[in-house]
Amino acid sequence: MENIHTATAEVHHEDGHSFSTKVIWRTFWILLIITIVELALAILYYETDFLPKHFLNGIFVIGTLAKAFFIVAEFMHLKYEIRNLILSIAIPAMLFIWFLTAFLWDGNSFKNLRNRYDRYHVEKNTIKVKPEAKKPGVE
Amino acid sequence: MAQAVPAGQKWWSGGKSPYNVEYGKLMMWYFLMSDAFTFGAFLISYGTIRFSSNSWPDPNEVFRSFPIIGEMKIPLAFVSLMTFILIMSSVTMVLAVGAGHNGDKKSVMKWMFFTILGGLAFLGCQAWEWTHLHNEGAWWGRNPFLNINGSQSSTNFTNFFFTITGFHGFHVFSGVIINIIMLIMTWRGVFERRGHYLMIEKAGLYWHFVDLVWVFVFTCFYLL
Repeated sequence: MENIHTATAEVHHEDGHSFSTKVIWRTFWILLIITIVELALAILYYETDFLPKHFLNGIFVIGTLAKAFFIVAEFMHLKYEIRNLILSIAIPAMLFIWFLTAFLWDGNSFKNLRNRYDRYHVEKNTIKVKPEAKKPGVE
Repeated sequence: MAQAVPAGQKWWSGGKSPYNVEYGKLMMWYFLMSDAFTFGAFLISYGTIRFSSNSWPDPNEVFRSFPIIGEMKIPLAFVSLMTFILIMSSVTMVLAVGAGHNGDKKSVMKWMFFTILGGLAFLGCQAWEWTHLHNEGAWWGRNPFLNINGSQSSTNFTNFFFTITGFHGFHVFSGVIINIIMLIMTWRGVFERRGHYLMIEKAGLYWHFVDLVWVFVFTCFYLL
């Protein structure tokens, strides 16, 4: 067991400024500010409806991707690793783009087909339920 | 940016790690990739079902409770607290890894302790959220909330919510257990004897992954 560990300890860390505390806290502030902005927009939308929801969703998605990028690059230190490793993570992650697109497209198609051919489904989703019938906490 | 290495370095000719990291760290990255696709599958299936639905409950209405204070005028306050706790615990984890690089055993223990605390706090919050929702009548197969347009909602909403947050919570729980083991190993001087704290780094990668997943879960369920 021991010789494996001495071998691994020889792996060089060439990055001169790895784990600078300053960068870590800066990343923390960036994550916090993005989250606060997202929450502020969400609450503002809830109170005033000031922007179309689709536009707001786009902002949320971009904010989330930005946060993801910072967590992976700085906290998980991927930015400072060798290029081979960065690409071995980044390129398979590109699969998500197709994954997401294909399935949301499919979901949208399913909705349209169901609305066109299933009258019961359309009715079920438009009939408003009387408020007294469904109070929270009452079974 | 990416690590500076000598040009013309033959990485794949054997005798050394082609990624310039130890075996365990690379394997952790591979595992995290697989887990990322598992969570991706869950979240994308959630998105698909939601996209195929005509209407859905409003997260601003469903998630507006806060412990002790009761109902808050500000929705999403509790989940913001949870997000903050988890991000803070990620920061303390990085600081633990940094202390490990300096061989500073006491600081490693301190930061690991705070990370564990953060993880437990998050689990407590999630448990409270689940209990509260359950008391309102929500559970797998039971959805008391109405859609935004006032129509009867399906149980898809609660099924997905409890399954995905449950899966994530289980990862947080296992992460806390791993971190406790790391703390004990550090305290007993295992890493001091080895001469490196690489094990803390690997545990750190797992913990950051848990945080990363939460960022996506938070967005999908509470914001979008």
